[in-house]
Amino acid sequence: MSAMLELQGVSRVFEKKLDAIEKFARTLGANVSESRVNAVDSASFEVARGEVVGLVGESGCGKSTLGRMVAGLLPVTKGTIRFEGVDVTDARTEAAKAARLRVQMIFQDPMSSLNPRMRVNDIVGEAAVFHGLTTKREMTDYVADLMTKVGLDPSYAQRFPHQFSGGQRQRIGIARALAVQPEFLICDESIAALDVSIQAQVINLFQDLRRDLDLTYLFISHDLGVIEHIADRVVVMYLGRVVEIAPTGELFDGPKHPYTQALLDQVPKLEAGHREYHTIKGEIPSPLNPPPGCHFHPRCPLAGPRCKSEAPRLIHDGPRAVACHLNDGGVA
Amino acid sequence: MTVLSVENLQTHFFTDAGVVKAVDGVSFSLEEGEVLGLVGESGSGKTVTGFSILRLVDPPGRVTGGRILFRGQDLAKLPDREMRRLRGNRIAMIFQDPMMTLNPVLRIDTQMIEAVQAHEKVSKAAARDRAVQALARVGIPSPAERLNAYPHQFSGGMRQRVAIAIALLNGPDLIIADEPTTALDVTIQSQILAEVQGLARETGTSLIWITHDLAVVAGLADRIAVMYAGRIVESGPASAILTAPAHPYTAGLLGSIPGHGRRGDRLTQIPGMAPNMAHLPPGCAFAPRCPRVSDACRATAPEVTETGAGRALRCLHPLTEAVA
Repeated sequence: MSAMLELQGVSRVFEKKLDAIEKFARTLGANVSESRVNAVDSASFEVARGEVVGLVGESGCGKSTLGRMVAGLLPVTKGTIRFEGVDVTDARTEAAKAARLRVQMIFQDPMSSLNPRMRVNDIVGEAAVFHGLTTKREMTDYVADLMTKVGLDPSYAQRFPHQFSGGQRQRIGIARALAVQPEFLICDESIAALDVSIQAQVINLFQDLRRDLDLTYLFISHDLGVIEHIADRVVVMYLGRVVEIAPTGELFDGPKHPYTQALLDQVPKLEAGHREYHTIKGEIPSPLNPPPGCHFHPRCPLAGPRCKSEAPRLIHDGPRAVACHLNDGGVA
Repeated sequence: MTVLSVENLQTHFFTDAGVVKAVDGVSFSLEEGEVLGLVGESGSGKTVTGFSILRLVDPPGRVTGGRILFRGQDLAKLPDREMRRLRGNRIAMIFQDPMMTLNPVLRIDTQMIEAVQAHEKVSKAAARDRAVQALARVGIPSPAERLNAYPHQFSGGMRQRVAIAIALLNGPDLIIADEPTTALDVTIQSQILAEVQGLARETGTSLIWITHDLAVVAGLADRIAVMYAGRIVESGPASAILTAPAHPYTAGLLGSIPGHGRRGDRLTQIPGMAPNMAHLPPGCAFAPRCPRVSDACRATAPEVTETGAGRALRCLHPLTEAVA
């Protein structure tokens, strides 16, 4: 398996600079300062061709930012992204533009990512015509074919997005992404807004498309059930850092990082009967002011003195990798 | 003792597109200290059921039939003044989005003290003490200081705790919780579930937990009622519903939930989508999506049948019956 997508030390920093008034206020002694958020802090992993990699974490852990950088929607602050061996880190280069066409993204809320004033025919077909994959004359047939593929009735092609239900709208979003014949799809919480029964339909659709079109996915979700179902490998993030990488089966059967363990423990299970909820204490700290050392140590039941001062490295062991001092000489 | 009993509740919305029977013949009852999970997808009428109990349905919606008995008292017959005295006092509600229910320009203490003093003649200091206790009970650290904060200074999970604390202030007999953890992360969700579970046990408060997620109520509820298109299609003890669903819709919902050791398999999906509530099919509303449908289902809506062991069902061809 050769890596289709390769991330090396990819970081993204968001900075809020002081405006004129704040600068003036500071000269008068006000307590304002520039703020920096390490939204993604040195993420490294690979995605092989044909693989589905799940990216999980709680809100604010940087998983969407990472997805957007891979899609070329956000500039990378540091590190390199390679797509099929070609450096695509700088989104302005020709190589990056060519690669970007093969990487498409499907967003969480189909209503805010579809132009409400365009007909489905144009939403889905526009990009394909622009990139010369079809002609203006043949566009309607091209779109009809795509709509059939994602389970929509092609006779709806002249409708507007608001005339569809949530699940159908998500299918339009998928059809639009598929229109430029991508090989790599980034799904950012693509099913989170859907009802349970519709979710199952869309998950099945993703799996059918993967088989039929030979797609590779980076599947971003906070829902561990969905990830367990669809992913081959899972990358767990916490406060901007990758804390664990493992094949799905091994991760769910034996998580190594205390955060992953806790996260899996929290998932509501269908098993009947009252269950005692064991909870991780506290909440995600503010990324503006992350704790020193291991970001998870204030909530970790196993933390020791070393965790407070030294950030653990991501240590690879075969297909698995974990960033925890427990796996690297202990916490003392 | 029965705290709440809803009998054949009908709440209809009179819209330009026609009459939408958002709640159409819903019946259930709730014992003291019991937790009922009211499960359904969007548009199934679960929220409107909750709103109907509190008489919060706005025009064009109206409760057109049925009775809601709270401790034996018919809520529909109560004058508005009496109803107001009940709301937030004996019956409290927790909404999905705490940012929408907390006033953004008032400090938490103002809002909590107001909620106490609206129902009881107590001094401001005494009301404040109650507020501190309530915040401590839902797990907010240093409650006395946090009382001086504004809602935007809290995180999403903390805000929902504040909303729950406000619901607890007057020691209600019944709390209606409408998807209170849906917008939260799993770790925060399980913290809140743990606290609510403990509180219901300690205080004997009855709870209606409205959600679209069967997995959330699996560990919390004593009984589960599944709604589809304005009707309860199946109800019974939580363990029975989850292990041996009788209605094809319940079975479909359970099969739709990913994970749980069926890695990579195709999910059993329910075909089609939720029906248009203004134009429901005659007969069973689930018939167009049902794998066990027969001509009889399309002609007549199935009545509620008691199937023993506290279970009730609206289906002509339950899964307990062999396929014809």
